[in-house]
Amino acid sequence: MIRFQNLFKRYPGGHDALSDVCFDLGDGEMGFLTGHSGAGKSTLLKIISLIERPTRGQALLNNVNLAKVSKRRIPSMRRQIGIIFQDHQLLFDRTVFDNVALPLVIAGYRHQEIGRRVRAALDKVGLLDKEKLNPVTLSGGEQQRVGIARAVVNKPPLLLADEPTGNLDPELSWDIMQLFENFHQVGVTVLIASHDIELIKRMDHRILTLNKGRLFEQSSWELD
Amino acid sequence: MSPSKLTNNRGAADSSQPTSPLMAYLVNHAQVFFSSLGKLYRAPLSNLMTVAVIGIALAFPMGLYVLLQNLQAVSGGWNGATQISLFTKMNVDDERAAELGQELRQLPEIESLHVLSRQEAMSEFQALSGFGEALDVLEKNPLPAVLIIHPTAANSEPVQVALLVEKLQSYKEIDIAQLDMQWVERLFTMMEIAERGIIVIAILLALAVLLTVGNTIRLDIQSRRDEIVIVKLIGATNAFIRRPFLYTGFWYGCLGGLIAWIMISLSLSVLSGPVQRLAGLYGSDFSLSSMDFVSGLSLLFISIFLGLVGSWLAVGRHLNEIEPS
Repeated sequence: MIRFQNLFKRYPGGHDALSDVCFDLGDGEMGFLTGHSGAGKSTLLKIISLIERPTRGQALLNNVNLAKVSKRRIPSMRRQIGIIFQDHQLLFDRTVFDNVALPLVIAGYRHQEIGRRVRAALDKVGLLDKEKLNPVTLSGGEQQRVGIARAVVNKPPLLLADEPTGNLDPELSWDIMQLFENFHQVGVTVLIASHDIELIKRMDHRILTLNKGRLFEQSSWELD
Repeated sequence: MSPSKLTNNRGAADSSQPTSPLMAYLVNHAQVFFSSLGKLYRAPLSNLMTVAVIGIALAFPMGLYVLLQNLQAVSGGWNGATQISLFTKMNVDDERAAELGQELRQLPEIESLHVLSRQEAMSEFQALSGFGEALDVLEKNPLPAVLIIHPTAANSEPVQVALLVEKLQSYKEIDIAQLDMQWVERLFTMMEIAERGIIVIAILLALAVLLTVGNTIRLDIQSRRDEIVIVKLIGATNAFIRRPFLYTGFWYGCLGGLIAWIMISLSLSVLSGPVQRLAGLYGSDFSLSSMDFVSGLSLLFISIFLGLVGSWLAVGRHLNEIEPS
């Protein structure tokens, strides 16, 4: 699904965010991306979601070289990725339902199909009864779950999450992680950037650690 | 528009997408068509002001144009109606004037000739001038007989008609041969200037409409910056993001055009009463005709076009600047 080969990312001004990063995340795999803030986690996710381009080396998504994706093809590439943000990035001028429906509207689904899929997604994250509310009235954990519902509603093969539990207490964080686990179990590839080491240790998945732009693979008992 | 618009709804990851791309594309257009109108409705005051500015800017030149058309309609009958008035000398009596008339009718340059005797000239003057009673005081009729001549079409051209006037002037009974063409020509020239002036005003105000719409859309884009970033991250194409703004521009133009149409119609109906009275004073049954349906539709189309172009300029310039970071 994702393959990085000797990838470098240098920002204008000379800061090296990623240096010689190599890793593979196979179809249906789930992995965590850890590291201190500023270690390059966000940059790595931004390269996969085509917000940033690599300076050198290769980044492949489904065997497509991301450095060569034209501007016009970026939208269709992004529709294959469900992105979950730390700050949810919900639109507060519309209901929960309309927020979750957005990817389907963009993709041009039929009205009835949108209703069916949005309710299925909201059901999965346990918010079926809140579809008519404005997301501003929801708690932080609920808002994050709306964000997840929006990311999975058009069934993308890849889920990317950037600190999805950053603002949540441990119990809510665990619930959110279980949601990702569920998607992983039905075959979705999941990559989660998080610095919540305790939480990551409890989940038994691959751990990719970034340190000053360099990537190491670690086992859960190696984490400190 | 970039070709990406055509591929807007293709390429989703999920291959079980139920609608055809074309259908989805049309459905989205229909949705945005109404939702952008709904957005205007939800902020009525500020949008009404924008629409009113557009309406006034368009109504002004268009209204002037309609007035000019009216003027052209009323003067149109005079074009080509070249007329030469021959005023006889005071010592020429009605009898001699009639004889001269017979004589002149034989000339090949003359299409028709009408003799207005001194008595007839007097009655006409009394009827039309409003000095009727004052003339009663005079002992003698102060008016000469008049021969009103219409030259043939071939002799109505400026050069020929000037020769004819010269020829008629040489008759010893004739005091003045007056070509009644010059003031018509002057009027037409003035109307031509007015027409040019209206075109210049129209272009300037069209530019103002363009800038008004462009600026309004620019502010709209800026206030929805976060939303644009989010939908770009979710995989919206530029065409998809552009669409609501373009339709907003469309509605501004459409509603502005309608307001202009209404304002012109109202203004003309306010003017039509006094104009009719004025025309009545000149013995004319002229009445101000309002803007016809075709002109109204063209006004609407021009307005919509300006709205679209204005929003297009704003969107093209500002939307590409907004990228997720």
